[in-house]
Order: sequence, then structure tokens, then C-alpha cells
Amino acid sequence: MSPHTGFIVAAYAVTAVTLVVLVLWVALGARAQRRRLTELEARGVRRRSAAKETA
Amino acid sequence: MPLIDYANPTRFLAFSARVLPWLAAATAVLLLVGLWLSFFGSPPDYQQGETVRIMYIHVPSAWLSMLCYGVMAVAAVGTLVWRHPLADVTARAAAPLGAAFTFLALVTGSLWGKPMWGTWWVWDARLTSELVLLIMYLGLIALWQAVDDFGRAARVVAVLTLVGSINIPIIKFSVDWWNTLHQGESIFRAGGPTIDWSMLTALFTMMAAMTLLYAALLIGAIGNEILKRRADQMEMMAAGERG
Repeated sequence: MSPHTGFIVAAYAVTAVTLVVLVLWVALGARAQRRRLTELEARGVRRRSAAKETA
Repeated sequence: MPLIDYANPTRFLAFSARVLPWLAAATAVLLLVGLWLSFFGSPPDYQQGETVRIMYIHVPSAWLSMLCYGVMAVAAVGTLVWRHPLADVTARAAAPLGAAFTFLALVTGSLWGKPMWGTWWVWDARLTSELVLLIMYLGLIALWQAVDDFGRAARVVAVLTLVGSINIPIIKFSVDWWNTLHQGESIFRAGGPTIDWSMLTALFTMMAAMTLLYAALLIGAIGNEILKRRADQMEMMAAGERG
């Protein structure tokens, strides 16, 4: 085992945690925004472009 | 369909839904191969020993920290010249990713520097310009949060992004222009790489894997920003109808 194993493990651990946080940020962000849009549409709110299409 | 047609928010969302699963799968495969090469398929360095394995995540992070700023600079031109709706969305989605990869470049570099140089940090040109890049990312993110008006925030951030882009060649060429503790260019240089191919294979595989991951994250984050702006607009319309 290398005398610098701790540094190598720490570097890969910090990278893994940061990348997982980024993936979760994007995945959970998508879910949250889609939920917001679904709730707004359920309340009858339409986007301006969508409202024009149905008129 | 011409590429420019995807620069429409609705078409972009359809495009990202089709592309993201494939991109995620390709990233996962390449990352697994890259990690195997980094730990088992490449030898220890004759000087650095096993510590060279930090390079396989440090170099891709540093590369992505600059690529991400390049994407933001192109988007800034799109905002200022064409006022394209996707340009500011792209820049805003890219900024947190750029900050994260810059943070990783600094931390992994520091974790390599302590055993190799005997210090966590030195104020040499490469390290300092990379730290300036992190501060710039955080400043741009803060500016977007501080200005309520989307259009005004987009223009101010675009101007500052273009001014800040002067830092990218400074980071890239700092090791040539100044006498730095950070080693000189060893991969993309005129005389060819100075690193042996047994290590370059692992390095290039990890660079490709992390670049694919970055592309997937950027496409996903742009989609989220489009949906967020739609929801914000609908909430404002609803508030206007009530008022």
C-alpha cells in the first residue's frame, strides 16, 4: 500500500460526492419543476403560447 | 433537422428527452472503464508512485472548469448579439457545473500537492488563476440571484462573463508565461505529450467520461431552467389574473 493512499482516497471521495450532488441537483430539479408545472396546469393556468393555441 | 432548430426551448426539451438516456448510459460505461484503467490498467509513476492516480480526476476537472467557462462565453455572445432565449438559459445552467468542476480541480490538486510538493497551496499563477475562476463562477451565480429582472440580469452577467473570459488563456498559458511550481504543459503541447501512453490511455478515457457526464448534466440543467422559467411565467400570469 502506498504511503499516500489517504490522499488518493480523499481525492476520489470528494470527486464522487461532488458528482453525485450534481446528478441529484439535476434529477431532483427536473422532478420539482415538472411538479410545479403540473400543479399550475391543474389550477387552470396556461402558458401564453398554450393559451393562444387553444383559443 | 438543422442543428439551429434545436435552439428553440420546446424542441430542446424533446431533444434532451431523447438524448439523455443514451448519454447517461455512455457516461456510465466510459466511467467504469476509465476507473478500471485509473486503478488497475495503468502503472504507478516512476517519481509520483501511486499518487499519479489523482491526475486521472484532477486533469479532467481542470479541463471541464475551463470548457464550461468557454460555453458560458459563447452563450454570453448569444445573449448580447442575438438575444437568443436559450443563450442565457445555457449560461445559467452551466455556471454551477463550472463552479463544481473548478472546486474539484482545486481540491484534487491540493490533495496531490501535499504529498508531492509538501504543501497544500502556493500562490503561483496556475493555482491563483484557477481560484479566480472559482470566484468568478460564484460571483456570476450571485449576480443572477441578485437581479430580479431576467433580461437585465442576462445582459449584465453576459458582459461580465465576456470580461472574465480573459482569465481562460491566463490559466492555460500561466505555466509557460511565468515560473510556476505547477508543472508545465505535458499533454496538449507542440512536441507531443510527455506522459507515457500507458497512463495517457487512462487519462483520456477519464477525460472523455467526465466530458460526457458534463454534457449530460448541462443538457439536464438547461431543461430544468427552461421548465423553471415556464413555471415562473405561469405563476406571474396567475398572479396578474388574480390582481
